[in-house]
Amino acid sequence: MLKFLLEKEFKQIFRNPFIPKLILAMPIIIMMVLPWAANQEIKNLKISVIDSDHSALSKRLANKITASGYFRLTDFSASFHNAMQSVDAGKSDIIIEIPFDFENSLFKSEIVSVMISANAVNGLKGGLGSAYLSSIINDFADELSAERGNHYQSSIIRSQFRFNPHLNYKAFIIPALFVMLLTLFTGFLPAFNIVAEKESGTTEQMNVTPVNKGIFIISKLIPYWIIGFVILSICMGIAALVYGLKPAGSLAAIYIYAIIYILVVSGLGIVISNYSSTMQQAMFVMFFFMMTVILLSGLFTPISSMPQWAQTITTINPLKYLMEVMRAIYLKGSGMHELLPQLFALCGFALIFNGWAVLSYKKSK
Amino acid sequence: MEKVISTNKLTKKFGNFIAVDSIEFEVEKGEIFGFLGANGAGKTTAMRMLCGLSRPTSGSGMVAGFDIASQQEDIKKNIGYMSQKFALYDDLKVWENLRLFGGIYGMKKKEIEDKTAQILQELGFEKERNTLAKLLPLGWKQKLAFSVSIFHEPKIVFLDEPTGGVDPVTRRRFWELIYRAVQRGITVFVTTHYMDEAEYCNRVSIMVDGKIEVLDTPKNLKAAFNAANMDDVFQQLARKATRINN
Repeated sequence: MLKFLLEKEFKQIFRNPFIPKLILAMPIIIMMVLPWAANQEIKNLKISVIDSDHSALSKRLANKITASGYFRLTDFSASFHNAMQSVDAGKSDIIIEIPFDFENSLFKSEIVSVMISANAVNGLKGGLGSAYLSSIINDFADELSAERGNHYQSSIIRSQFRFNPHLNYKAFIIPALFVMLLTLFTGFLPAFNIVAEKESGTTEQMNVTPVNKGIFIISKLIPYWIIGFVILSICMGIAALVYGLKPAGSLAAIYIYAIIYILVVSGLGIVISNYSSTMQQAMFVMFFFMMTVILLSGLFTPISSMPQWAQTITTINPLKYLMEVMRAIYLKGSGMHELLPQLFALCGFALIFNGWAVLSYKKSK
Repeated sequence: MEKVISTNKLTKKFGNFIAVDSIEFEVEKGEIFGFLGANGAGKTTAMRMLCGLSRPTSGSGMVAGFDIASQQEDIKKNIGYMSQKFALYDDLKVWENLRLFGGIYGMKKKEIEDKTAQILQELGFEKERNTLAKLLPLGWKQKLAFSVSIFHEPKIVFLDEPTGGVDPVTRRRFWELIYRAVQRGITVFVTTHYMDEAEYCNRVSIMVDGKIEVLDTPKNLKAAFNAANMDDVFQQLARKATRINN
């Protein structure tokens, strides 16, 4: 029986004038555009430099800052007051004040303070800007240490960014985009497919046959499973070819987690379609769920910075688990044994949603 | 005669609305049973209960030897159903629709192939074998839907207004298919609004406001109501309806 039902599903998908194109076009567009746009790297921060020292060293520091690519020099301000005026006028985002006697103090190996003031109206911009600036100053201190064999006090803070050493935001966002695409396709498509059958009356025709509802639902799941595979493969191909991003861990692990995850999302889609009698209804409910799970997944914002209650909600968000898995395998090269909690969580969700899907599919009312 | 359908005080309520009000009737094997009534009289609701699509609120019924409340899936193996609107897969070809439903009823591949060839020939559909169902004219769609509903040789076939919206010649041809099915021993349970079709039935029941008002052969009904044709019988009964017709 399953064979006949699957044959039908595949024929319908391939004859659909829209879906095969969607399967190819959507991953390509999203993978080519979003890693560039959904980028939280801060560049071209406008900086005002207050150089009260006017020494060779202070000029060297100012040059180093502007040469970094992250900062664009607005002006050399005479005083902090002037610099603040630039900030107020929106001409500057960040101020660095190099104190008088900077060079001399350094030569005498004294502790020198450089003041950084950032406009934190946009918190992310302010925070990242001052972090970049501190790291440039640390670098500068290192250079001096190397040149003179001294150890300068400013190089106390050392951050080492592991796994994504260049803090390339694309490497962070790309595995997450895979997950988002999988969610969209394998969640929405089966839901719409079932509601469309309801609307056209074919569901009723099926319901008067002795078709087993478990088999009927499996016949709806398998095609989207395969579509999910194709999409994931397209995405990984683009990530490797265009962005040079290859998984650090095993490819097999990625597919295994994806297989289970697709079951989870398709199951959810089918549950929603079982409770929806029209396309609008299914679309709205699905959209609500998708937006919630995507924003609560850590795709754009780290879960650890959410309030505690929101973090608690994320524990029932399947997307969160796959997001963790994808980033861990892709960037850290984690193996499956390190990601067992996520495996169990996803398997649990798959059982719950698909069990629910079968139970809530009613052949008679 | 063997009874293939029998009901006992079969009732369906939706909230306070009694759609089907304690109906009792029997259908014999090999019969063409006309199930008539105005729009909203409760025909489709009653039929859906007999097909196992809807559970009765109270009362009971047997279809093909199985209980309609507890053995719905067994009933479904033994019946065919054709709904008011064309409910086959538009984006499948004619032969693919036949194959799909044959497969669902557990027919073997060879059996499906032979039967498909035979049906296409009977219908004169050989050229349309590879046509998508959505491209067929309405009258052809109805013939295809009927062929699908009896493809697995059910004991009973339920036809819900099978010939809505087509011309008299096409309807006449459709009824020839029904007769052919009856000759093979299939019992036909049919609802219709066309009173000329009611004349083709062996026995006819007419529902008014959820109840079966009369049940007899067309000939006896015409005599009892002193009517020239079934249309006249129907008019006299349907006028008594107090439910608001939509």
